[in-house]
Amino acid sequence: MAGYFSELFKYDFMIRAIIAILVITPLFGMLGTMIVHRKMAFFSDALGHSALTGIAIGIVLGITDTNISMVIFAVVFAFLLNQINRRRLVATDTLISVFASCSTAIGLAILSFGGNFSKYSALLVGDILSITSKEIVYLLLIFVATITFWFVAINKLNAISVNPTLAKSTNIAVRIVEDVFAIIIALVVTLSIKWIGILLINALLILPAASARNISTNMREYHGYAIIFSLFSGVIGLIMSYFNNVATGPMIVIVASVIYFLTYIMGRERK
Amino acid sequence: MRKIAKPCGFHCVKIKDIGVAFGDQVILENINLHIHCGQLLAIIGRNGAGKSTLVKAILDDIPHTGTVEFKDVEDGKMQKIKIGYVPQTLNLEENAPMDVYDLICSFRYNYPVFFKNKKIYGEIKEALAEFDAEDLIDKQVGRLSGGELQRVLLSMAVMDNPNLLLLDEPVSGIDKNGMDLFYDKMEYLKENYDMSIVVVSHDLDYVAKYADKVVLIDKAVMAEGTVREVYESEEFKEVFGNSRFEITAKSTTTPIYEVDVAKSHVHKRDIVEKQTPFEASYKGRKEED
Repeated sequence: MAGYFSELFKYDFMIRAIIAILVITPLFGMLGTMIVHRKMAFFSDALGHSALTGIAIGIVLGITDTNISMVIFAVVFAFLLNQINRRRLVATDTLISVFASCSTAIGLAILSFGGNFSKYSALLVGDILSITSKEIVYLLLIFVATITFWFVAINKLNAISVNPTLAKSTNIAVRIVEDVFAIIIALVVTLSIKWIGILLINALLILPAASARNISTNMREYHGYAIIFSLFSGVIGLIMSYFNNVATGPMIVIVASVIYFLTYIMGRERK
Repeated sequence: MRKIAKPCGFHCVKIKDIGVAFGDQVILENINLHIHCGQLLAIIGRNGAGKSTLVKAILDDIPHTGTVEFKDVEDGKMQKIKIGYVPQTLNLEENAPMDVYDLICSFRYNYPVFFKNKKIYGEIKEALAEFDAEDLIDKQVGRLSGGELQRVLLSMAVMDNPNLLLLDEPVSGIDKNGMDLFYDKMEYLKENYDMSIVVVSHDLDYVAKYADKVVLIDKAVMAEGTVREVYESEEFKEVFGNSRFEITAKSTTTPIYEVDVAKSHVHKRDIVEKQTPFEASYKGRKEED
């Protein structure tokens, strides 16, 4: 058995994949807590889809590293969505859907020009085994930035989600906190989209936090469980995908979904 | 935790020329209010009169004209006002993973809420004790009853020693017992804290019994003064109907709200729940005068 597992670490790409998982998943668990808490599941989904448009724009503009155009587009997109959202003219979910569909369609149209879409189809499911050391460094940077933001802003984010007027009356800079949070989500989502995949990235953001929510009564439990569930799904999903020869992203999400249903039953029994 | 134990009578909050308009539609205009520390001012008015908008304007949550000033009458100095606000509701589902500690820590402290801090825990417990709510500290906020939530929110609003305590319709979803408790607490706050209290209220009985000053608004200030002055004004009768006075003179057993339901904004639910007839408190006041 031990030999069976040591086989995992024989390959450099596996070691890199495990390091990447250990960096990404706690981050996703953590961000997910406030995405679920603030009912932003649609928002993060739309950001994932905007990655396609960002890449397409990069190609049209002739940028060699489309990662740059993808990140910039997602940040602008997140910022704009926040601005329009504040006007409260239309329901948020409708608005986000409209934006997401529109940008996805534009992205797909450009990328499929001349029948070339198959080149980009890997983006849809992701491939963590192809991550390079340089890309792991990027992930570490965003990891540090997010943790710092979390320590400074978690109370404020939580307060705003409970009652924005009350938060404002206690001198919380509502707009800035909301905007920075949206930008952080955009950065994390776009920087990890190649490894997790557009179709699955939102599941990985939402599922661990939603599972934690089923069985938590306070913020400490909520954060703790979300991070543990996310890490666990990531590591187990990666190992299972290696031995079963299936794509890693879907395997991680399957594990996370199983956890969700288990915690759902546990949560119901506790009531 | 508190520095000043008694209202000094020298501080006052001046709400000057507040006006709110969305596009061409004027919601509020020329609202001027003046409240001294140790005073309870009640804002009443029909549904849609702009009461909640006024609260939001005072909190600077919406674009408005006019100012809110906090002044020391003795030396005439202006200070930055600190407002303690108790909202109508919180945006939380029943099972939201947030206990009372998390709620108060998020609003009042910078220490990240995902770690527990014993010192902060103690301070929050102390603040809650002021409103007999210390046992609620580990309870989930979404599962608190209306009365419990209100005590928690009051503790949170008061723990920062505000100059102005602003309560937006704090009485909805609370039974008569809870209402009595709430207004008893208001009396206690008036006597023991150096602050002014503004309550946006739906309940004319309690306003009659406890308010020092009443303001009737409908886009603008329609009537203001003591309870008696406002309740006997033409404007008051126009908004709430004057039948209640006639009925109370005839019989005390008649459910007074029945006549007024169509005109007033008192919820139908109140008709069933409320047992304190308006005239009792109103008469009590008259006799005192």
